[in-house]
Amino acid sequence: MTSVAFLMLCAAALLGAAALAIACARTHAATSMVYGTTLAITVTAALVSIAVLVGLAAPAGLVLPIGLPWTGAHFRIDALSAFFLAVINVGGAAASLYALGYGEHEDEPHRVLPFFPAFLAGMNLVVLANDAFSYLLSWEFMSLASWALVIAHHHDPENRRAGFVYLIMAGIGTLALLLGFGLLAGADGNYTFEAIRAGTRTPLTAAIVLVLVLIGAGSKAGLVPLHAWLPLAHPAAPSHVSALMSGVMTKVAVYGFVRIVFDLAGPLPWWSGALVLAVGGLSAVLGVLQALMQDDTKRLLAYSTIENIGIVFIGLGLALAFRTNAMEAAAALAMTAALLHVLNHSLFKSLLFFGAGAVLVATGERNMDRLGGLIHRMPVTSFLFLVGCTAISALPPLNGFVSEWLTFQAILLSPDLSQWALKIMVPAIGGLLALAAALAGATFVKMFGIAFLGRPRSNEAATAGEVDRFSLAAMVLLALLCLITGIVPGFFIDAVAPITRQFTGGALPLQASLPWLTIMPAATSESSYNGLLVFLFIAISAMLAVWAIHRFASHAIRRGPAWDCGFPDPSPLTQYSGSSFAQPIRRVFLARTSATHEEVAMPPPGDTRPARFSLAVSDPVWTWLYLPFAGAIEFASLQLNHLQFLTIRRYLSLVFFSLVSLLLVLAIWS
Amino acid sequence: MELISALLVQMMQMLLVLAAAPLLTGFVRKVKARLLRRRGPPIIQPYRDILRLLKKEVVVADNASWIFRVAPYVIFATTWVAAALVPTFATGLLFSWSADLIAIIALLASARFFLALAGMDVGTAFGGIGSSREVMIASLAEPAMLLIVFTMALVARSTQLSVVADLFSTFGVGLRVSLGMALLGLIIVAIAENGRIPVDNPATHLELTMVHEAMVLEYSGRHLAMIELAAAVKLLLYVSLIGCIFLPWTLAGPDSPTAAHLAGFILYLGKLAALGFMLAVFETAIAKMRVFRLPDFVGGALMLGLLGTLLLFVSRSL
Repeated sequence: MTSVAFLMLCAAALLGAAALAIACARTHAATSMVYGTTLAITVTAALVSIAVLVGLAAPAGLVLPIGLPWTGAHFRIDALSAFFLAVINVGGAAASLYALGYGEHEDEPHRVLPFFPAFLAGMNLVVLANDAFSYLLSWEFMSLASWALVIAHHHDPENRRAGFVYLIMAGIGTLALLLGFGLLAGADGNYTFEAIRAGTRTPLTAAIVLVLVLIGAGSKAGLVPLHAWLPLAHPAAPSHVSALMSGVMTKVAVYGFVRIVFDLAGPLPWWSGALVLAVGGLSAVLGVLQALMQDDTKRLLAYSTIENIGIVFIGLGLALAFRTNAMEAAAALAMTAALLHVLNHSLFKSLLFFGAGAVLVATGERNMDRLGGLIHRMPVTSFLFLVGCTAISALPPLNGFVSEWLTFQAILLSPDLSQWALKIMVPAIGGLLALAAALAGATFVKMFGIAFLGRPRSNEAATAGEVDRFSLAAMVLLALLCLITGIVPGFFIDAVAPITRQFTGGALPLQASLPWLTIMPAATSESSYNGLLVFLFIAISAMLAVWAIHRFASHAIRRGPAWDCGFPDPSPLTQYSGSSFAQPIRRVFLARTSATHEEVAMPPPGDTRPARFSLAVSDPVWTWLYLPFAGAIEFASLQLNHLQFLTIRRYLSLVFFSLVSLLLVLAIWS
Repeated sequence: MELISALLVQMMQMLLVLAAAPLLTGFVRKVKARLLRRRGPPIIQPYRDILRLLKKEVVVADNASWIFRVAPYVIFATTWVAAALVPTFATGLLFSWSADLIAIIALLASARFFLALAGMDVGTAFGGIGSSREVMIASLAEPAMLLIVFTMALVARSTQLSVVADLFSTFGVGLRVSLGMALLGLIIVAIAENGRIPVDNPATHLELTMVHEAMVLEYSGRHLAMIELAAAVKLLLYVSLIGCIFLPWTLAGPDSPTAAHLAGFILYLGKLAALGFMLAVFETAIAKMRVFRLPDFVGGALMLGLLGTLLLFVSRSL
């Protein structure tokens, strides 16, 4: 059996699991049965796709006699889809394993169980699709399945609102993709990817396709300014689904972008790279600034997804810019950085969402200001969460650092670009990326420090307990993967080399042959990084220090009350809260903008009421773009509403005039 | 044989930064005291302080977690590894290829990450104020430092510190506007990162003005000794970094004779003394800034770094 047929069977099996879940969702064993099945299927699918990626199994295509009557449904697996299939199925397997434990706490499992395998199947099918029709159908299936999961807890009005906004944005996104495919297929209307690839189109058409894909895939990935739905919808779903949506579904959108822009669209004008870079840089900084301002654990993680998607798109934008300038090696470096960040982000973001879910199970809280001190009561979860925080803050020797380091190396190659606009723009993007990296560190110091360290701020936090073994096993798995991709990145860089060779014409030098598993992106620059050695150095010098201290220094240790300069306050409310931790950065970066609204109500002297401080942080994009847009639509629909109350005579004249004007347009067009 | 000598240089370098770091701190303190017409503690006082702290018992707050006890070692280890990768008196470091300048900055960021977490671990208001201000300063200083690295990397076409130092020591680079900006920015970042005046006062005991001291307020005994030593190593790291990039002519090359290594070593001590003296004079001459004026100061470094990088994108020869 070919690899693609096997993976199609896996997708079909996932759909079967969904059907099974509908049949037995209300029985007692349904949770473990469904998640056990999806775990088995996703592990198999992940192994097969990794085999295709490293060349053990051959890429293959498949045509099924379903779908449109005159085309059929085309599916294919090549290096790019194999890479993304591996990301999807590793994420899916981890989420299934986690849900074996987490799912037991679900109040209404019949609202989650059927849609979870369907969602996984949808994502697999999008990546396998090899014609526009199956692609869009799978894309919509994936959107709807995830929408059903977002509104699984529909009793909460917040979640219903999140589902509504998500549905609208998903509709807009698919519409843009539909138009994009329409332009790609041209007048002949041949929708298979082979035909689209073979077709020729002007750079202008290709650029319009790029903009449409940026809207279609970008809205699903969460690029600013199309991100507004993401921080609402991702946290609303159950935590293992949040992990899938943030860690994996955004990557399916990245796949869509790479497939259409790098593979199908053909030659693009030079400014397309600049456009992608601008959007990516903006997403990275606005995403992380908003993340820092959040006090809801899962919403913070959702905003941080926007930042990381921004970093991925910075890499892709650089790759586009290098490709239009025929700098193959540099384009390969930038694309490798983006693909590696796709993998890394799927690992640590899933880990962090699992951790947030574990906290939710243990305390019932998502609000950081009611948590604290969990490191004492949930030691294993805390440690694993800390690994995730270190990885996402791009600290060596974990994996987040490797992909950001590669992106920086790609930026350093760009003075050789020939367009002035790009030359001026790339340093600014580099600055934004550096700023985003530093702010991400601050964000995750805040998240770990407020939620896991300090003293408990509520009874729930004080009495929490460690979570079940399945959840912990899933987190251990992801934390290990974060460490492995961090210390031996060379193998992963080599694994994506076929992809960069296919789409940029170049590839990084073979990394696995370098001594000591070093990575060296370009032979000309002599820059190198060795995660393994850095890891060993840190471990050895820390152990040396511990040994020396315990050999020569005093061993005495005494527990006592906190010192706090002599004035320890017993109330845990005197600790820093989430918003007070973010206050200095808020004041530095957002003080003069409308994004934050601080209000101090100070009673006059003599009045014994307490002073009150209130803070509202809003998303500027929501206030300045979405609300006016929604207002304009409402106004237009109110105006058009009058058309419903015309006489028959006026209706006839309306129809007549529209017909004439459409014919005029047609006459002028041709 | 070559490998052994390279290994020897690397080991000596690691021990040197450890041994010389408290000396530099003591020297700066001494000069500051003399400038204020005080006699000041002897130069070796920091060693005595560290030894004294090592002998004392540790008092740990009741609700401190393992982070509190592990963080001093992590902070020390990452800072030490970072410092061991910066050439002090010779460029032929055996392991310099394992991490470049970006990785050195990221190692220091790891140390800061754990220091900020340690500050929040006990759950006191002072720890929180220190951590939140530290990450605010870092959110400006770290991108500034990266952009300064970009400037140097664009001139040297590599982010590898040994390559940069080798190139800059050949006089072929010449005087450049962008490197001047990088030097100025690097000095500002070094002052901010090490918590010197005007950003933070290393000798303060006025709680509301402190950043670094507020984070380590709960530490005592051997834990405090590790953190103090790490802070001293970090100061030495930045001074060595400025020395090896902007005064690289005293560095011994990878295959130069032992005499050159010896000369490099003595000249390195001279560099430390000169830069330490300048730091002391600077610190004596100005007052500490208000916390919310810091963004203007550190943001200046960010702008300098951005301008330097931009100039090099416009023309490689600027």
